[in-house]
This record gives sequence, structure tokens and C-alpha cells, in this order.
Amino acid sequence: MTEDLHDVRLIVNGVHRELRVPARRLLSDALRHDLGLTGTHVGCEHGVCGACTVLVDGAPVRACLLFAVTLDGHEVTTVEGLTRDDGSLGPVQQAFAECHGLQCGFCTPGFLTTITAGIRANPDPTHEEAREIVAGNLCRCTGYQNIVAAVERAAEIAREDVPGDVPAPASPPQDGQLGVEDRTEDQATTGLGG
Amino acid sequence: MKPAPFAYVRPGTLAEAVAALAADPGAKVLAGGQSLVPLLNMRLAAPTALVDINAIPGLDEITAEAGGVRIGALVRHAAVLASPLVRRVQPLLHLALDNVAHATIRNRGTTVGSLVHADAAGEMPVVLRLLGGSLDVVGPDGPRTIPVEELYVGPLESTVRHDEVAVSAFVPGLAAHAGVAFEELARRQGDYALAGVAAVVEGDVVRAGFLSVSDLPTVVDLSGVAAEDMADLALASLDPVGDIHASADYRAQLVRVMTPRVVATAREHARTRTQGGTR
Repeated sequence: MTEDLHDVRLIVNGVHRELRVPARRLLSDALRHDLGLTGTHVGCEHGVCGACTVLVDGAPVRACLLFAVTLDGHEVTTVEGLTRDDGSLGPVQQAFAECHGLQCGFCTPGFLTTITAGIRANPDPTHEEAREIVAGNLCRCTGYQNIVAAVERAAEIAREDVPGDVPAPASPPQDGQLGVEDRTEDQATTGLGG
Repeated sequence: MKPAPFAYVRPGTLAEAVAALAADPGAKVLAGGQSLVPLLNMRLAAPTALVDINAIPGLDEITAEAGGVRIGALVRHAAVLASPLVRRVQPLLHLALDNVAHATIRNRGTTVGSLVHADAAGEMPVVLRLLGGSLDVVGPDGPRTIPVEELYVGPLESTVRHDEVAVSAFVPGLAAHAGVAFEELARRQGDYALAGVAAVVEGDVVRAGFLSVSDLPTVVDLSGVAAEDMADLALASLDPVGDIHASADYRAQLVRVMTPRVVATAREHARTRTQGGTR
């Protein structure tokens, strides 16, 4: 069957992107296949595991439960967009490295985006609130203790941060800005480099 | 897995949406998609077209109305949960929404979509059923209002017709001296409930709604029933279903434990409100 293709404009990590996709292209696949942003991981593909979580207009959503075509004109932040402007680790990435919040790293991109939005909404979460922030994401390695510790540490780092230093998803997109998809997958996934 | 191919339209008006649905018997409405897209990904559903209603203006509002609150078809769960108006007018809706999936899903999923999806394991259908609300839809013959008593006819089956678009739900407010409570048991906060109970107590009238127990969201009148007899009476109207998550017997046991407890909490809530509490 020949499928109709749709033109979609997205602002991904502050960069204008244009793609031509069939209606059934999930946002997760559009990011990975069409835009080469393989930092976003696909786990269960039905909304349970949270690995594919990205921010759409600043709010965390499951990229596997959205069709790219429905997001024309919207802003998407993936794990690749969580580093600081100078390319160093953002607060949540830094906290994961410090607290050993990951082992295999498969679920990590979804945790990083979820927590980025979580501590923006609640900059000083209690232990219970920190647990609640990550309640919708599955990790099969860590047992979650270090991830919850990383939530609390990330909030601490972000609070101490110089204002404007934390990457904000609402930053105005600039035409012609160099994309970030040419980083290595390791860096893109965990921000920890190879 | 990936969804099967489908045609996609994004109408800018309700009339266009209704026309698109009428033109293709295999078409489905896409609002938040948090129940629909998993079905598509697993290929449990393969609509020939999706009619995306997200560009239709005027459907994303929560408004106060005489006797209750009206929620538009594009209002996300997160917005309903955050609404002070909803919390004030109908605290049960707020209590139940806190149990609807995880925050990430609530950012996209819509409350009206959840009502139309008609899942007996969902919180919204049984809450609307318990409160006696209604759903407004628009079809080729114009708008109509479906009372919730006539909305649910089977598992995942509502009386919204194929060529109709749900535009809003009306949720009645809570009477001044009434109280509500909600409790569900899930393996993980935000997962599907193994069983859940909602209750409204108003004077001598006691009613309870049950989710994830039977095939349909079910409401039972427990007025004048002693606490120890409530579960037996409720179970007479329920037909607990067993599945991979919980056996029928276990669901029945949850009904036994939770029903008197939830009714007692609702009664306490009514007492607090009567004494001038704010919630």
C-alpha cells in the first residue's frame, strides 16, 4: 500500500526540523529514524515503560504514544537537548553520574527527560515526591534507589545553578542552528561520553 | 509494534470532523490517544482513518455551569487535576484523577476521551456514572446529550455513534452537605487498578461505584445498609472478572475490604463539610 506522506515541522532541541512522514510514524520513530536522534529509546512501545519519554512544549509525554504528524509546529526536547550550552552535563545528567543512577542505560533517556520536567515543576521535592516523579518509568537494573537519590541530587544542583544555565525547552529556536544529532550515540544516550 | 497504515485528517471545525467520520465507517477520533495509540501499536485496532480533533477550537475549556462543571473534549487529565474549580465543585473527580495513570500520560490523555473509551477499569467512567453526569456529542443530525445511565453498554462499548464526536462532559457538583471518597488498589501507583471503589454519601443516601471489578462501571445503592452487609449487597450486583492480574475471588475480597472503608471515609468527608470544612 502506498501511504500518503505528511510534511511536519518540529522544533527539536531548539532547532527547526522538517520531515515528511506517513501518518502512522510515531514521534519516537520520527526522532530516531527520520532525524537520527537515537538518544530516545523505545522499550515497550505501548506507554508503560517510559523509556521514550520526551518533552513536548516542556511537558513530559510518551513519544511512542504520539504521532509525529499531530505535532506540527510544536517543540520537542529529547535527551540530546539536556546538556548545557557548552556541551557539559546538565543537572540531571550530572546527578545520574554522581549517584550511579544507571547501569545498562537503556531506560536512562526517559528518566532524564521526566526528571528534568519534574524538578522544574517542583524544584525541592521531598523523598516521597522524588519517588512520585519517577513512578511512571521502569528500570530493570538499578532497583531505583540510586535513581531516586539522583532526583534529589539533580534538584539540588539545579537550585544552585546560575539562572539561565539550565537548558530550557522554551528557548527560542534559531534557524540554521547546527543540529545536535551528530553527537555520538553514547553521549546522546547518557551524556557520559564514550 | 507499529500501527497499520491509516489516513489522517486534521479538521479545523466540528462540522468537518463529523463529515470526515461519516465519510469513512472505519475512521476513529484521535484526541489524546493515550488509550487508542497503544491499541494501534499492538494492532488490536486498525482504523482506516484517524480524525484528529486537536485543531478544533473551543474544546479545551473547563467551565463552571449551573450545578456542576463542564469539561471540553481536549482538556487533558493534567489540567482537570490542576483545576481549583474542579476541586471545589466536585472533589471526587479530583480524587479519582490522581489515580489515572502517571503524570506523563495525564499530560496528553483527555478526560472526555477516557469517558468515551468506556473501559470498566478506568476511573472516569465509574465516577461519571456515580455522579450522574452526561456527555455532549455532535453528529450529522446535530448535537445531543447522552445521560451517563445510557452511555455504557458493554466492555469498551459506549452509545456514542461512529459518526459522532464527543465535545464535552458535564460533571455534577457535590451538594453542600455531601461527602465523597475514592480508593483503588494497583500494583504500582498509576497502573491499572485491580479493583477500585468510589462513594458518595448525602444524608441517608449512600452510593458506591466499582471499577475494574465487572465488565461495566457499576453503581450500587447502599443506603441504609450496615457496614458489614455492604460488600454482600454490592457483590450481588457485581460479577468479578478474573485475569492475569487478579483472580475473581481476589477482586471480590478487595470489594469486601474497600467498600465499607470507602463509605466510612465519604461519611467522614460529609461530616467535615457540614461542619464548614473547605473540602
